[in-house]
Amino acid sequence: MALTVHVDVVSAEKSLFSGLVEVVIAPGQMGELGIYPRHAPLLTRIKPGSVRLKLPNQEQEELIYVSGGMLEVQPNVVTILADTAIRGADLDEARALEVKRAAEEAMQNRASDMDYAQAQAELIEAVAQLQAIQKLRKPSH
Amino acid sequence: MAGSKEIRAKIKSVENTRKITRAMEMVAASKMRKAQERMRAARPYAEKIRQVCSHLAHAHPEYKHPFLVKRDAIKNVGMIVITSDKGLCGGLNTNVLRLVVNRMKEWEGEGKGISVCPIGNKGYGFMSRVGAEVKSHLTGLGDTPHVEKLIGAVKVMLDAYVAGEVDAIYIGYNRFINTMKQEVTVEQLLPLSGESLEPVSGATWDYIYEPDAKEVVDELLVRYIESLVYNAVTENMASEQSARMVAMKAASDNAKSVIGELKLVYNKARQAAITKEISEIVGGAAAV
Repeated sequence: MALTVHVDVVSAEKSLFSGLVEVVIAPGQMGELGIYPRHAPLLTRIKPGSVRLKLPNQEQEELIYVSGGMLEVQPNVVTILADTAIRGADLDEARALEVKRAAEEAMQNRASDMDYAQAQAELIEAVAQLQAIQKLRKPSH
Repeated sequence: MAGSKEIRAKIKSVENTRKITRAMEMVAASKMRKAQERMRAARPYAEKIRQVCSHLAHAHPEYKHPFLVKRDAIKNVGMIVITSDKGLCGGLNTNVLRLVVNRMKEWEGEGKGISVCPIGNKGYGFMSRVGAEVKSHLTGLGDTPHVEKLIGAVKVMLDAYVAGEVDAIYIGYNRFINTMKQEVTVEQLLPLSGESLEPVSGATWDYIYEPDAKEVVDELLVRYIESLVYNAVTENMASEQSARMVAMKAASDNAKSVIGELKLVYNKARQAAITKEISEIVGGAAAV
């Protein structure tokens, strides 16, 4: 039987693959990587693409699509931390900027929000008072 | 037979309320199962990335990422508060907000600046009401949280940390213990404490980094933090659904006992009216 290495492919939201594999072929950032058992420890980023896993006693290779992530290799364990989102410095920056802008906007509008909340509270109070008055008046009729 | 009509109307309305709370209880129960599964599904990734990071923290002495370096003086603190988007889930949000506010008061007493990043509608509403400095916020996560949505909000805090605007980041959320029990937790997120990154083994070896250590470590640590936040969000969501289920069950039970009491009152009133009528008839017959 050929040598095998334990491979875990996990994304933040779920586990995608876990088991023994003969060869892992992953799209590394510096180029395609083929990892056999007893590979030296390695840590790299992987590009969006498909990870190919050659399972023992199986002709067909297992294909798992990943939208990027990290690859960690240790002599007898390979871990692929797959991203669930398309990542990139610019994209992340854009996401952060959008959140920041929303927060700043909310901060600026806080005054008006406060007015609104206050008005609402006053309205509720006024309605309650009206109801109380109506209840007080009822018996006299 | 005074008041019997009112009592009947009251019974009807409590019955309707009970129908709603029962329905909400069942919805929460089914959502809770899914939320728990999601929480469990997120565990392998968190475990793996923690292992990799612990290797890193111990294997690579020449490059220290800012996330791993403890700062001498902590002047400003960042706080990520995770709450639910919707209410009617018992004391879940109140508990976490109370603990967070207590911590914030402590920090304020020590003269530290505080900025917050509320995740979830309830926390956001609360924080903007009390006038805290909201650096970023995130609402409307829905029932299935995605890491993608968290990236932006978390990055704002991480950027602030790297830029030195905050010197420590904490996260507050409800840890899911079991259906009946949720525990409010405030944990330190940054700088990464050594305890959570204990070495897996005593071996001293290092990775081959591609393309280079700094880039890889940077990305990995950001993902690690995101995974921690995502985990907290899934835990909080499972807590929310189970807290809602329990709260709605209590409400349904209360409604049931209220209906029982009202029925008793109603029957008494009915009987009293009948007795009165009979005695009137008997009295009338005797007079004739």
